[in-house]
Amino acid sequence: MKITDIISALDLKVISGNNGLSNEASGGYVSDLLSDVIGNAKEGQIWITLQTHQNIIAVASLKDISAIIIVKGFIPETDTIEKSNAENIPVLGTDQDTFNITGHLFELLKKE
Amino acid sequence: MKFLRADLHIHTVLSPCGDLEMSPARIIYEAARRDLDIIGITDHNTTRHCNLITRLAAEKGIFVLQGAEVTTREEVHCLTFFENNDALETFQEFLDENLPDFPNNPLIFGHQVQVDENEIIIYEEKRLLVNAISKTVKEVEVFVHSLNGLFIPAHIDRRKNSIYSQLGFLPENMKADALEVSRATMPEQFSDIHPEINKYPLLRSSDAHYPEQIGTVFTVWHINEPSFSEIIMALRGIRGRKVVTG
Repeated sequence: MKITDIISALDLKVISGNNGLSNEASGGYVSDLLSDVIGNAKEGQIWITLQTHQNIIAVASLKDISAIIIVKGFIPETDTIEKSNAENIPVLGTDQDTFNITGHLFELLKKE
Repeated sequence: MKFLRADLHIHTVLSPCGDLEMSPARIIYEAARRDLDIIGITDHNTTRHCNLITRLAAEKGIFVLQGAEVTTREEVHCLTFFENNDALETFQEFLDENLPDFPNNPLIFGHQVQVDENEIIIYEEKRLLVNAISKTVKEVEVFVHSLNGLFIPAHIDRRKNSIYSQLGFLPENMKADALEVSRATMPEQFSDIHPEINKYPLLRSSDAHYPEQIGTVFTVWHINEPSFSEIIMALRGIRGRKVVTG
């Protein structure tokens, strides 16, 4: 499913990385430990996290993550936004917590 | 110049995980017994035992780096040290403002008590000190440096609460004054896998929670005298001062 379709279905806010909005999401991964994401996330997944540090973009780039959803209304740091724009990896925001947004995303992707 | 022995990561009884035996008086007794010249006092998210320990240490000719081990919002542990009491107090206010108002349960986490030189309890911290404060690694680093303090990511080799476990790798251009490797690892072992750490001074400390752990590992400093400014010079490699890992 296209990231743009997920954004409208889940009412996500586009924080940065607009040039990557046509990416395709193949599934999702949920973790707040970046070392775990490096070890276990798969190419094309959407990554849901509460982390906002600039390292999330480097990890997403390394793992070919299609987009990052930041939960609970957290605002990423400025350098995170800059790197997201440079790497064309969308950073999306939601006020929901990880459990709820993950549930909604799971249901949405299951329909495919 | 002298070669001085420093263990810069010691918890007191005020940390919930710190043994009840870790009173200021006992810590100084053990530090003297282990021939330490410099100790760092680093309770979780609090600096309240630093002043007493500094006073007791001075009587034994031991120099104290006063600070705290901060848990950032990402749950990265970072050592912080300050040169004077003004900076230390400002940092304590910062911790008080940013520590969540979540109560400690001593049965689960351990007691968080401050004692006097006679080991009489004078204060109990009600909030859980091992919680993460609401500030990020970057925000803590910037605030510490605004007070001319030292910012040192702790036990970077550990698989929990380290910059590597929480953030995957060392953030680009991180303004750390040094990096700390735990007693479980030799710095060379870790730098073989992560050569990027070699651009920072590497410290090894005990992270003592029990009296017998104090000084079990330490770092040797080649400095003129035990003082904050000499320690900074060693970290920056100025005029022959340097850190020699023990």
